[in-house]
Amino acid sequence: MKHSVYGYILIMALVTYLIRMLPLTLIRKRIKSRFLQSFLYYVPYVTLTVMTFPAILSATGSPWSGAAGFLTAIALSWRGKGLIFTSLVSCAAVFLLEAAIV
Amino acid sequence: MGRRKVFLKGSRDGIPVMLGYLAVSFSFGILAVKAGLTEGQSILMSALNLTSAGQFASLSIIAASGGYVELALSQFIINLRYALMSFSLSQKFDGKAHWLHRCAAAFGNTDEIFALASAVKGEVSPWYIYGMMAVAVPGWVTGTALGAIAGNVLPLRVLSALGVALYAMFCAIVVPPAKKNETLLYLILCAMALSLICTVLPGIREMSDGTRVILLTVGISAAAALLRPVKEEQDEA
Repeated sequence: MKHSVYGYILIMALVTYLIRMLPLTLIRKRIKSRFLQSFLYYVPYVTLTVMTFPAILSATGSPWSGAAGFLTAIALSWRGKGLIFTSLVSCAAVFLLEAAIV
Repeated sequence: MGRRKVFLKGSRDGIPVMLGYLAVSFSFGILAVKAGLTEGQSILMSALNLTSAGQFASLSIIAASGGYVELALSQFIINLRYALMSFSLSQKFDGKAHWLHRCAAAFGNTDEIFALASAVKGEVSPWYIYGMMAVAVPGWVTGTALGAIAGNVLPLRVLSALGVALYAMFCAIVVPPAKKNETLLYLILCAMALSLICTVLPGIREMSDGTRVILLTVGISAAAALLRPVKEEQDEA
């Protein structure tokens, strides 16, 4: 049986949307459990960290430029620079390092 | 703050997301056409799915004419992390907003938009999420279109540099609170170490990225919640 590309696209869109929508709409009460509250407080930090590291090292042309971008981002955000500035300067650091290497 | 102001703040905060999306979806567009999708199909997929890992993974299944169930299952596993984010967001979402706002905002609950929403102090207005979506979604779709139609317009080096845009943004969200809170700092260092181990250790490194992110997030957050439960006031931090 030959599947339609549109069928694939709709199925994956539906699965992904339901995953995003159900918890947000079904859980509307504030959770009282201190354990769950604490758990949910830590979730964003942990999830962003494990998504960033070590993936950032392979996000660019070479691990070195990835590391340069990573260190730049940490240094700038440690100094309290904003999202846009940190993001753009880190990209620039990668660009300059790759231009210097090649 | 009024709706308009909140929406505009969301749009401004969404700019790095848009830049990162342009780069990632650009590569996606190139690969999608290579996998046999038309330009229109590639763009449609990006507009309806708004998810990077899931879309990339779907290409190999579609190219191999895999089954619908196989596709649905792989999307479920790769994207299950969104359920966790959605659960977390459910507790921060404006309590007075109509549930239809939750349905609409849920579409935009990507890794990046969730990250920005988590960084908001107190409740998150749906309008803030709509503001981010208003710049991020066009970025994702435009990048796909450019990649699919004209894969060679962006020089490789620019694409490579934009590859860190989203990760750098994640750093800018996570690092400032960690600087002020020792528990968070150790939590993050610990998460980095474990994430590295899981990425290199044979037997574990074969795990999909989505599964690894979920297991590590649940495990580490649960351990932290047991060892260092947060006080009520910290909830708003």
